[in-house]
Amino acid sequence: MGKRAGDASAARCNAVALAPLRAYMRRMEPLALYIHWPFCASKCPYCDFNSHVRDGVDAARHGRALRRELAHEAARTGRRPLASIFFGGGTPSLMPPEVVADLVADARALFDAAPDIEVTLEANPTSVEIAKLRAFAQAGVNRASLGVQALDTEALRFLGRQHDAGEAIAALEAARAIFPRLSFDMIYARPGQGEAAWRAELRRALALAADHLSLYQLTIEPGTKFSTLFGRGEFTLPEGDAAAALYAATAEEAGAFGLAAYEVSNYARPGAESRHNLQYWRYGDYLGIGAGAHQRVLEPAGMRAARRHRAPEEWLARVERDGHAVVEEEWLTPRDRAREALLMGLRLAEGVELARIEARSGLAFDDCIDAATLRDCVEAGYLEQSPGRLRATGEGLIRLDALLPRLVA
Amino acid sequence: MTDTPLSLIRNFSIIAHIDHGKSTLADRLIQHTGGLTAREMTEQVLDNMDIEKERGITIKAQTVRLTYPAKDGKTYVLNLMDTPGHVDFAYEVSRSLAACEGSLLVVDASQGVEAQTLANVYQAIDAHHEIVPILNKIDLPAAEPERVRQQIEDVVGIDASEAVEISAKTGLNIEGVLEAIVTRLPPPTGDASKTLTALLVDSWYDAYLGVIVLVRVRDGHLKRGMKIRMMAKGQTHIVEQVGVFTPKMIAVDTLGPGEMGYVTAAIKTVADTNVGDTLTDDRNPATVALPGFKPSIPVVWCGLYPVDSDDFEKLRESLGKLRLNDASFHFEAESSAALGFGFRCGFLGLLHLEIIQERLSREFDLDLIATAPSVVYRLRDNKGVVSDLHNPADMPDPTLIAAIEEPWIKATILVPDEYLGSVLTLCSERRGQQVELTYVGSRAMAVYRLPLNEVVFDFYDRLKSVSRGYASFDYTIDSYQEGDLVKISILVNAEPVDALSFMAHRSQADRRGRSICEKLKELIPRQLFKIPIQAAIGGRVIARETISAMSKDVTAKCYGGDISRKRKLLDKQKEGKKRMRQFGKVEIPQSAFIAALKMDA
Ligand SMILES: Nc1nc2c(ncn2[C@@H]2O[C@H](COP(=O)(O)OP(=O)(O)OP(=O)(O)O)[C@@H](O)[C@H]2O)c(=O)[nH]1
Ligand SMILES: C[S@@+](CC[C@H](N)C(=O)[O-])C[C@H]1O[C@@H](n2cnc3c(N)ncnc32)[C@H](O)[C@@H]1O
Ligand code: SF4
Ligand SMILES: [Mg+2]
Repeated sequence: MGKRAGDASAARCNAVALAPLRAYMRRMEPLALYIHWPFCASKCPYCDFNSHVRDGVDAARHGRALRRELAHEAARTGRRPLASIFFGGGTPSLMPPEVVADLVADARALFDAAPDIEVTLEANPTSVEIAKLRAFAQAGVNRASLGVQALDTEALRFLGRQHDAGEAIAALEAARAIFPRLSFDMIYARPGQGEAAWRAELRRALALAADHLSLYQLTIEPGTKFSTLFGRGEFTLPEGDAAAALYAATAEEAGAFGLAAYEVSNYARPGAESRHNLQYWRYGDYLGIGAGAHQRVLEPAGMRAARRHRAPEEWLARVERDGHAVVEEEWLTPRDRAREALLMGLRLAEGVELARIEARSGLAFDDCIDAATLRDCVEAGYLEQSPGRLRATGEGLIRLDALLPRLVA
Repeated sequence: MTDTPLSLIRNFSIIAHIDHGKSTLADRLIQHTGGLTAREMTEQVLDNMDIEKERGITIKAQTVRLTYPAKDGKTYVLNLMDTPGHVDFAYEVSRSLAACEGSLLVVDASQGVEAQTLANVYQAIDAHHEIVPILNKIDLPAAEPERVRQQIEDVVGIDASEAVEISAKTGLNIEGVLEAIVTRLPPPTGDASKTLTALLVDSWYDAYLGVIVLVRVRDGHLKRGMKIRMMAKGQTHIVEQVGVFTPKMIAVDTLGPGEMGYVTAAIKTVADTNVGDTLTDDRNPATVALPGFKPSIPVVWCGLYPVDSDDFEKLRESLGKLRLNDASFHFEAESSAALGFGFRCGFLGLLHLEIIQERLSREFDLDLIATAPSVVYRLRDNKGVVSDLHNPADMPDPTLIAAIEEPWIKATILVPDEYLGSVLTLCSERRGQQVELTYVGSRAMAVYRLPLNEVVFDFYDRLKSVSRGYASFDYTIDSYQEGDLVKISILVNAEPVDALSFMAHRSQADRRGRSICEKLKELIPRQLFKIPIQAAIGGRVIARETISAMSKDVTAKCYGGDISRKRKLLDKQKEGKKRMRQFGKVEIPQSAFIAALKMDA
């Protein structure tokens, strides 16, 4: 669907749809704030995130532009409650801590933020960045997410990472001493990685006592270096039943350590879930500033989705000229919103709240899904209904991509 | 170049078993008489369809007019008809024979008489043809012209003492063939003074010229500008062009008695050109039509459905055009619960079916789903009413049926002695009844009665494989006979897929049912749900397989706030679903249908 004026979209909403929207507007849902730092020291061969390797980044200037874009967005939303801040990348641990401090302070000033809101920063576990962790904490970061990826030096080399296993462990130990909350990322189902080897590696990771882990199966993304190598047959990955077995083993190991799978690839001790990411999965409002950042905010005219220019230089030029670098905006139709809310929400173990889907999409729940598929999925044990909720079971979760195109109306 | 005296015309067909060299001989004859220059000549030049060239077989009979200055000093007009050898196309052969007075019977001197040699030569004898035996491929070291000559006399029962020994490949003794045509084949008869009667031998559709009609003039003249009448239904047309094939199309002023050539007359519809019809002069119409052809009877039927239901009309149109080229194939609209709207089509055999399907996709760019081939069963219900069953899906409740009859064929199989055992085993597995077993030199000739249903699927392939390619096979439709026949339904996820149901003899039902279930299990990709596949007779399941659910399909990685990307992907998948053949909650790819329906033992 193309770009569309806000009032046109509003006109399409019927009266029934508008009532719950208005109610939500009145409640002023809290916002999540995402801040993107698009630079990395090197490009990892599997990565298709908006990350760029640049010499001599003018970090202070980039930081000023981020502040300006934040102020611009805040002027549009007004002073709404703020629930979380997330510095993602790219590699935000390359940011000068002062820039982080300024942005956190700005956000607290521009929005209505409780003192204990979650402020996460993604950090790569190299020695340079470990040295900066304390300064990030002082800047207001209270949760670190480390890109550990593997605890095996050879695997880290294969993944093109700048750190080795020793540095990863050192970084985790340092971070645990500094931040009240700690998460880290791992990539598994790597070439030749058997189930026993992965279980052993994962147990070592779990022993490092984080309260949250993101455990991703290696995905070959088009346009990456891995995609070329994989296409040429230079390596193979566990697929089908083997991949499913690794996935099951992951949940089992994490569970044994008290970390529950609360999302397809995310595991946490109860209460330690990423509040920021939950906001995405629950299809809440979020602002995204910085190169290539996405946002979705319910405005009086409807749900506005926006994306900013991906190239850091162009983003910078636009922000400095116009105060923002939004290059794509879309007013999401009720159908779009229903689909988005379902595809995000069903990734969560808690599933979706029907009333919330209705409120966020403006459609009756029965119009959001295909009843026959729902029945079949419940019968097959892929979906579970409870009063007011719908959730994917473990069996449903691992087949979600095949299930969704049938389930959504 | 028209109005040739009858005495200087020779019309002949070239007949043989498949691959004995008919088309190659035609090449040489064309070349020798200068119909095409060396540069224009290609191998098997008359096999001009892509499929014919690729497969190296003739599907459509072709006509060429040659001019030959004979040793007697006179120049003759020779109308050659090259015919297909494969048993499915026997109908093409029979029509060619009706347009000629003589035949060249080509026999591969290294192989000898084969099943279709016999079948075709008997047709030629029935058509009162003069027959000149040709021993081909004598360039081959394995050629045994003397033995084969003897064989022709013994088995076929015609005089082969003057058989012409040639190599169509090297061009050896082509002159001998031409002289034999002129001296041994009779000229046509006909009367120039009578009103026009011309036999409609063939017709096909040409993108530029519209319908082209191939005729053989019996009496009178066919001229440009005249108004002709098709005697069967009485439609009239103004002749736009008459001409001959050299094999290039050359327009001429008139075609006289005994001649062969083509006519175009702005004919638009299929129904207007029935092969076997008689063309006459509208102003002075003949009263008696020429004897036509026995209508061809399709023996194998299957449903053809467009993959994209929007292509239904295009399919109808394309079938119509193909039918113009191939009168032996039939079609009528039908619908299927599983496949939507399509056509039930009748063919002369499986090769014919395969070729039509391939031509539809090639020449008309259509993606098709074909249902299981079926023969025509004859049902007698409890009240004694008899009806034909073309589609197993239409089989009524068995309790209403008193008897089911199926068509049987009489098959002639020639096979070297060492493979006879396996061939006999194959025939009895297929419920065959031996009629005769004799020897033709060192080879056995087995005559069997077989249910056609057992033959249409893969008999030919199996025969080739058990005999290492040495057996040859021909058949004629024999009679209907009652049998213990059942309908086997295929249920995918407990829902019957009508397009996959088929008839089988009770003794074969379990084996067939198991084999198709196994095949479907391999062919249908794993889906979201676990899917049982069952074969059943009525309510009784006779075979069952289960396709397990796909093991894992979920995006691992989190794209943060980029939900648009995922939603757009979802939108696309959703759109894609609409175009797939959906059976309840199962998607069966078209390739699975086609492969599943290629049943084997
Ligand atoms: N060695 C040799 N090969 C020949 C001769 N004549 C034909 N062939 C080969 O035999 C094969 C079959 O020849 P075709 O002319 O296509 O046979 P056909 O009888 O027209 O076959 P269908 O139309 O399919 O029935 C080809 O590979 C020819 O090259 C010959 O005199 N000598
Ligand atoms: C935005 S990236 C993290 C940023 C940070 N620069 C880092 O690499 O540590 C978020 C996480 O996604 C995961 N990830 C990225 N590309 C992936 C891929 N192709 N397959 C699986 N996981 C991937 C990695 O675990 C990565 O840490
Ligand atoms: S460091 Fe992180 S963001 Fe940068 S290229 Fe590697 S995975 Fe991508
Ligand atoms: Mg041929």
